[in-house]
Amino acid sequence: MSAADWTPAWLWLAVIASGLYHGVNPGMGWPLAVSAGLMEKSPRALVTALWPLTAGHLLAMLLVILPFALLVAVVEWQRTIQIGASLLVIAFGLYRLANRRHPRALARISPPQLGLWSFAVALAHGAALMLVPIYLGLCREAVPDRGHEAAGTLINANLGMAVLVAAAHAAAMVAAGGCCAWLAYRYLGPKFISQSWFNLDTTWAVSLILVGAIALVLNLS
Amino acid sequence: MNIRPDPTFHASPKLAMEAPPESFAYTVLLSPDFSKPDALAVIDVNPNSQTYGQVVHTVTMPNKGDEFHHFGWNACSSSLSPLTGHAFLERRYLIIPGMRSSRIYIVDTKPDPTKAAIHKIIEPEEIFRKTGYSRPHTVHCGPEGIYVSTLGGGGKNGTDGPPGVFIMDCETFEVLGRWELDRGPQTLHYDFWWNLPRDYMVTSEWALPPQFENGIVPEDLLSNKYGHRIHFWDLRARRNVQTIDLGANHQMALEVRPAHDPVREYGFLGVVVDTTNLEGSIWTWWREGGKFHIEKTATIPPEPAPKEQLPPLLQGFGAVPPLVSDIDLSMDDKFLYVACWGTGEMRQYDVRDPRKPKLAGSVHIGGIARRTPHPNGKAFGGGPQMVEISRDGKRVYWTNSLYSTWDNQFYPDGVPGAMVMANAKPDGGLELAKDYWVSFPDGYRSHQVRLDGGDCSTDSFCYPSV
Repeated sequence: MSAADWTPAWLWLAVIASGLYHGVNPGMGWPLAVSAGLMEKSPRALVTALWPLTAGHLLAMLLVILPFALLVAVVEWQRTIQIGASLLVIAFGLYRLANRRHPRALARISPPQLGLWSFAVALAHGAALMLVPIYLGLCREAVPDRGHEAAGTLINANLGMAVLVAAAHAAAMVAAGGCCAWLAYRYLGPKFISQSWFNLDTTWAVSLILVGAIALVLNLS
Repeated sequence: MNIRPDPTFHASPKLAMEAPPESFAYTVLLSPDFSKPDALAVIDVNPNSQTYGQVVHTVTMPNKGDEFHHFGWNACSSSLSPLTGHAFLERRYLIIPGMRSSRIYIVDTKPDPTKAAIHKIIEPEEIFRKTGYSRPHTVHCGPEGIYVSTLGGGGKNGTDGPPGVFIMDCETFEVLGRWELDRGPQTLHYDFWWNLPRDYMVTSEWALPPQFENGIVPEDLLSNKYGHRIHFWDLRARRNVQTIDLGANHQMALEVRPAHDPVREYGFLGVVVDTTNLEGSIWTWWREGGKFHIEKTATIPPEPAPKEQLPPLLQGFGAVPPLVSDIDLSMDDKFLYVACWGTGEMRQYDVRDPRKPKLAGSVHIGGIARRTPHPNGKAFGGGPQMVEISRDGKRVYWTNSLYSTWDNQFYPDGVPGAMVMANAKPDGGLELAKDYWVSFPDGYRSHQVRLDGGDCSTDSFCYPSV
């Protein structure tokens, strides 16, 4: 695919696809919703648990994307910022490849603190960071490189876009995770949890490197 | 790291019960006079095998005087909680603490249990330096790694500061440090276990090392100086939230067995002896309205016996106390097994109504005064001690030794290592299997049993049985 093909439609698709990818991954939390549903013997508890999981994920996205949304206002540095962000994502992917240790702090979060856990896990796994290069691609399309627009407009546009990107990603994530949780709860039983769980650590790290690399190539082209 | 979760990790107790039956049992052996190194015996428990009921491999340790007691797996079904993030660990390493030496052996049971070998040795100095604790005891795998309870604090006698729980890394087996942040009134330790989704831990009390290492101290027992409290903790906050005193006469509150199904917020506790009447007791604890409660729900009376059948320690009483040394709860939470090491009886209680245990089965073997032989005619020294139930609840295994110096006081004729098995009927009832009798090498005593693929006193689950 050439840079010219990298249209907003494709970028939005990437935002949604990465959301679905995060959602079906048991490591991002849907089994916790199954557990909540089974523990309370109520589908309502399952759905209730999905909210903090989504909110935590969404917050992590915003925490990572918003600074970039503000930074891209500095138009003359835009390219540097985009290249820097790409390198950051690649570096994090490499770090995840080299260091397979699960962050111990995650295990200290108690089961009722689902939102906090989801927030922490999205940050620790680089899930939030993964969106940055895609987002920066979106901004480039949404805000053509004219350089003459008022800084205020730019900031507003980018902040709005950042929230939209994070929300779309989180919606895709909760849809995919919610489906898995519901299937396990209603039809497949808890056995589905161990059956569906694949070790995505390597894939995850490689995904980060890949997303970063694509963004880098696009920015250098 | 695996690509898929270990097939022996199960989301719920029900799924664990449906898994294939055990093929190998692991039993720790101790040299009571410390003349030989302690060992791990691997026993073939597949009834279709040529070597059924035989020790098929022994891992002998390089040191003497460790005194093996309890041990556990590096990983279990609790790894399937996404909160812990260890879904791809393997149930592979046995963590075997030397209770007397404070040394810990990590034994690798893969790829073949009959080739199990030492993977790593953690020397006592590392444990002393990093935790301030000594005499490691119970081992459970959990959210933050491998948890190890200890019976001693610092210093030579283990009395400098209280004992507690420390954590080890579940991959490198590095000792990480103390678990407790706020221990409240807790000063003694023995067993511990938890309810993972409900996020609480329960711990019990035995005694400090000077009260057990050289044998039971009768004066301390009769003046009620052994442990008689149970502690409840916030698991992640590492904080004592409640301590309940059972009453000073309830000496040695030892084994803690929470319901396996995490939706059930209750569990059992075994108390060795009541100093007012020598009876043993079972207690049921539960959580209601955010508070923990506990009550005595079953008692086992002592049995009168003529003086000449009794060791010097008991002659003044003219009776044998049951000495409830171990309890174990079946995976479906229906039956509680109670080892009466003094009277030589294994009891099976129906605990479907947890606060009203009903005696459902019983077998006698060994015992201080009874000395009941095995149905195969062989003499059984000691009495039923560490008990382990197969995942499907059909087979109940146990050994006969309690602790080297205590064995000598209660069973002066010796406790030759033995392991037996009883078949449990689905609706209650227990019968010793005539064809199951494990002989161990001379000079060894047998202690705790672990089963490959997990058993009823190691695994903890994050999802309810449905």
